[in-house]
Amino acid sequence: MIRVVLPAHLKNLARVSGELHVDVSGPVTQRSVLDAVEERYPVLRGTIRDRRSGLRRAFVRFYACEEDLSNESPDAPLPERVASGDEPFLIVGAMAGG
Amino acid sequence: MSGVRVLVGTRKGAFILTADGGRRDWQVSGPHFGGWEIYHVNGASTHPDRLYASQSSGWFGQLIQRSDDGGRTWQPVGNDFAYEGAVGEHLWYDGTPRPWEFKRIWHLEPAADDPDVVYAGAEDAALFRSADGGQSWQELPGLRTHESGPRWQPGAGGMCLHTIILDPTNRDRIFVAISAAGAFRTDDGGATWLPINRGLRSEQIPDQDAEVGHCVHRLAMHPSRPDVLFMQKHWDVMRTDDAGGSWHEISGNLPTDFGFPIAVHAHEPETVYVVPIKSDSEHYVPDGRLRVYRSRTGGHEWEPLTAGLPQEHCYVNVLRDAMAVDTLDPCGIYFGTTGGQVYGSADGGDTWVPIVRDLPAVLSVEVQTLP
Repeated sequence: MIRVVLPAHLKNLARVSGELHVDVSGPVTQRSVLDAVEERYPVLRGTIRDRRSGLRRAFVRFYACEEDLSNESPDAPLPERVASGDEPFLIVGAMAGG
Repeated sequence: MSGVRVLVGTRKGAFILTADGGRRDWQVSGPHFGGWEIYHVNGASTHPDRLYASQSSGWFGQLIQRSDDGGRTWQPVGNDFAYEGAVGEHLWYDGTPRPWEFKRIWHLEPAADDPDVVYAGAEDAALFRSADGGQSWQELPGLRTHESGPRWQPGAGGMCLHTIILDPTNRDRIFVAISAAGAFRTDDGGATWLPINRGLRSEQIPDQDAEVGHCVHRLAMHPSRPDVLFMQKHWDVMRTDDAGGSWHEISGNLPTDFGFPIAVHAHEPETVYVVPIKSDSEHYVPDGRLRVYRSRTGGHEWEPLTAGLPQEHCYVNVLRDAMAVDTLDPCGIYFGTTGGQVYGSADGGDTWVPIVRDLPAVLSVEVQTLP
């Protein structure tokens, strides 16, 4: 079980409170976790990653275990503590705008 | 008793203002989608409880919301706006070619004869259509791939398709306007498009009467006369009597002919409303006075409407999609400002009252007349 934390606006959109829990078969990567999140909450498609390119939207950040993973390869393994469910994968709206 | 529902899109959410036919006492609902930019909320008068809203943010992109109960509850629908085929290139600000890139939906125009059909105007400029209540969207690519497309260039607000007018007498005819390409018309349901900019003159472009490149801010039509269109251009208020075949200027005695919105009275096709703005480098009303101007002669002769509007220390703007008319008698006029006020007039513009004063900056105003 992977723990995922959404920013407030996306929690509202997905109509969830607290953490999401998703299961991933195979390697636990940004791509596989986000695929699982979008599969379960289709309304989030296009809000975290660009629909066409699949790339992270410019003002979205990915953090885990006190590390900024935003610019890691989407296919790089996430930290073991995320894969084990000990730590959440954080999806964060970047500090920007007004 | 009949009533009205005013649909307000703002920089930080949507608001719905309702009143009975007297239009004196208002109920305010919102913010809906608080914190998100709501470029537009719209619903066809023939299906008043079916509403569509364009919800977007710089962080999380574009969403479309749909309500089937007049805005009490909402459901997100499709947000996959894919340009069809080769994306192509347009001109960027620096004159270099740049691929089309979807940014947001500026305007939603539901069809009167089918609640599941709705058109969406995009930045970068393109026209999309849904026939399933917004669940899926298909581009009408004949517009974007018009031979003039590579010469289109964004205005300061982006290269947006901001105006969609469906001819009420001919479902194959649609008018659109794009900043800063100009106005276009299709007579075959969107397959092919004709630039309709003859008669426009724009000092800001090298060839002042070019086929495309004009910064059209808004078009308006009275449904009883679909060949007559009024236009607020960047500068100049214009009119065509032949569905865009040619335009002539009707700015007349306006204090300035720069502005954004333009609207036509519901029962008087020759009565037109604009909000003059001082200039394109000072996006606020002249002299600190908020004045709507009304022409009862189809242009040329304009009178200021000031009763109930601030006449000192006012420096707001009224954006292109932020004025609307109801179909009650007398006709009601509504507009929203960048200062967050929504003003309404229940007597054709003679007197105004603020319905709300302190919303976020208003991006759009629509009104539905309810049975």
